[in-house]
Amino acid sequence: MDANASARLKKRGSAWALNVALFISMLIICLPGLWIVLNSLRPTVEIMAKPPVWIPRELSFDAYVDMFSGVGQGGIPVISYFRNSVIIAVTSTIISLAIGMSGGYAFARYRFKGKSAWFLGLMLTRTVPGIALSLPLFFLYAKTGLIDTHAGMIIAYTALNVPFTIWLIDGFFRQVPRDLAEAAQIDGCTRWQAFWQVEFPLARPGIASAGIFAFLTSWNEFALASQLTRSTDSKTLPVGLLDYTAEFTIDWRGMCALAVVMIIPALLLTYAVQKHLVSGLTSGAIKG
Amino acid sequence: MATLTLSSLDKKYGGFHAVKGIDLDVADGEFVALVGPSGCGKSTTLRMIAGLEDISGGQLRIGDRVVNDLPPRDRNISMVFQSYALFPHMTVAENMGFSLKIAGRDAGTIDTAVKEAARILEIEPLLERRPAQLSGGQRQRVAMGRAIVRDPDVFLFDEPLSNLDAKLRGQMRTEIKRLHARLGSTVVYVTHDQIEAMTLADRIVIMRGGVIEQVGTPDEVFNRPASRFVASFIGSPPMNMAEAVVTAGRALRLEDGTELPLPTAFHVAEGRRVVLGLRPDDIYPEGHGIHSESGHAVESRELPVMLSEPLGNETLLFTELGGQSWTARMLNPRSVKRGELLRFHLDLSRAHLFDAETGLTLRD
Repeated sequence: MDANASARLKKRGSAWALNVALFISMLIICLPGLWIVLNSLRPTVEIMAKPPVWIPRELSFDAYVDMFSGVGQGGIPVISYFRNSVIIAVTSTIISLAIGMSGGYAFARYRFKGKSAWFLGLMLTRTVPGIALSLPLFFLYAKTGLIDTHAGMIIAYTALNVPFTIWLIDGFFRQVPRDLAEAAQIDGCTRWQAFWQVEFPLARPGIASAGIFAFLTSWNEFALASQLTRSTDSKTLPVGLLDYTAEFTIDWRGMCALAVVMIIPALLLTYAVQKHLVSGLTSGAIKG
Repeated sequence: MATLTLSSLDKKYGGFHAVKGIDLDVADGEFVALVGPSGCGKSTTLRMIAGLEDISGGQLRIGDRVVNDLPPRDRNISMVFQSYALFPHMTVAENMGFSLKIAGRDAGTIDTAVKEAARILEIEPLLERRPAQLSGGQRQRVAMGRAIVRDPDVFLFDEPLSNLDAKLRGQMRTEIKRLHARLGSTVVYVTHDQIEAMTLADRIVIMRGGVIEQVGTPDEVFNRPASRFVASFIGSPPMNMAEAVVTAGRALRLEDGTELPLPTAFHVAEGRRVVLGLRPDDIYPEGHGIHSESGHAVESRELPVMLSEPLGNETLLFTELGGQSWTARMLNPRSVKRGELLRFHLDLSRAHLFDAETGLTLRD
């Protein structure tokens, strides 16, 4: 066999090995998700069986039917939880993005006193674990009447998300050459128009990423929500999972079904936004 | 089109005085180049004209309007950036029509204007492409197209050719000149490349340290430089400079004692410290000079060739006189060996004298 043929074979072989390795890693990553979907469709006995039952013997949508069948008939107020989650996550995401865009833009474009100290301060807030804030927040909210309200949760999640959205969006605005906004202004734009016509479209991948991140954080957060919400007026889906635990039993199937209900909107949103995540849009703006 | 007037224009960044009260009148349809080394304030001046930098003092007029505090969009100017600054998310046509779209013109008008500009710049086939799909030269044309479409009072160019390779730079230079001849527009062109300035401009403004050293036609700044700085900045290779003292016998004594006759055009008192400037064109081996036939009295010296740089149509020779290196230009070149002694003619009638302290010309 000549050297070229063996090199070709080697190249093909390593491509296959890479594909197999990727498949196995993806399987490991996806397995918990698939397991949840599977468990939501089979009886608790099978879920708890040891050794585990890999291939389900029967599948049913009973858990989903029960979930929506109303309180008292084995159901939980899932519509309320879902509504609360949507209101809280969407509102806090919008506010986080608005503040993140303004802040990120300011950090990327303007010079001001104490800029690096401010930035460092914002980053430091992220080193504090959310759960460490739950007790102080609980007292504060109890005093101000924010406990068990949408507004309280929105404020808490916005505060959690803003440092990250500012940091991420700042990086993307930094990549947009300053010349572009100046060129737009010379072409007749106001500062505001130059931002929306030129800088915003170019930083969109960063803003979309920040949006997904902020939404998922708010959507999935459990620790703070379990402390700060009380009733169906404000409980979110992750807190709702606790409805499936009783003193002596845990309804694993119901829990998994609710988890699936939680996962689907997050997946849909990520899918819808991912087309904006194309980076490298700024290439060609300047020399190169 | 319009005139442009800078009166005592000033720019300060905190404690740093970037532009120190400059005055300049640009006539309607005139092509003015601002040149100078980096940090001389030329780009800052341009950005003040564009409205991208606040003006710290003085007055800026475009036509009969004072525009000091107007935002860029109200100055009716166009600017071509060094980086081209094309909008990457728009096609070439959208880039070029952007200013008209913002001004609220209808699609038909925009289309006509864009097509006309594209025709002038020969970029019609590129209209539907995006900037990322264009070469450097094509991007440069699109950037100029965007400027033309706006039909501005004043065109501003900020080192527009710096990012192009040498060959393309030459082509685009010709193109800009042709475009100016065709549009007859008022142009302010910033460059650090004196060849661009000399070839393109009606008048050249040479800046240093935030002040204007000289304003003049290419011929004036080349042949009658107002200062030692201008003399050394304009011309390639740069002018030879040698410090000297004027002696009682109306001669110039160089540092090592070598004496050269004082150029007759200058009346300088004995004992004055001066700087002698002589362009490489005015020092040449016998029979190989530009001005060989001019009949001027020349000073001749046997000098050794330390180094030669053949350029094909001419050769640059490096020799030594008065304890320092001099560059000479040899036309109709022949091969010259290192160390070879040649008879050099120094055409002192074309020499320049500058004051050693102030650097200003001593020409009356």
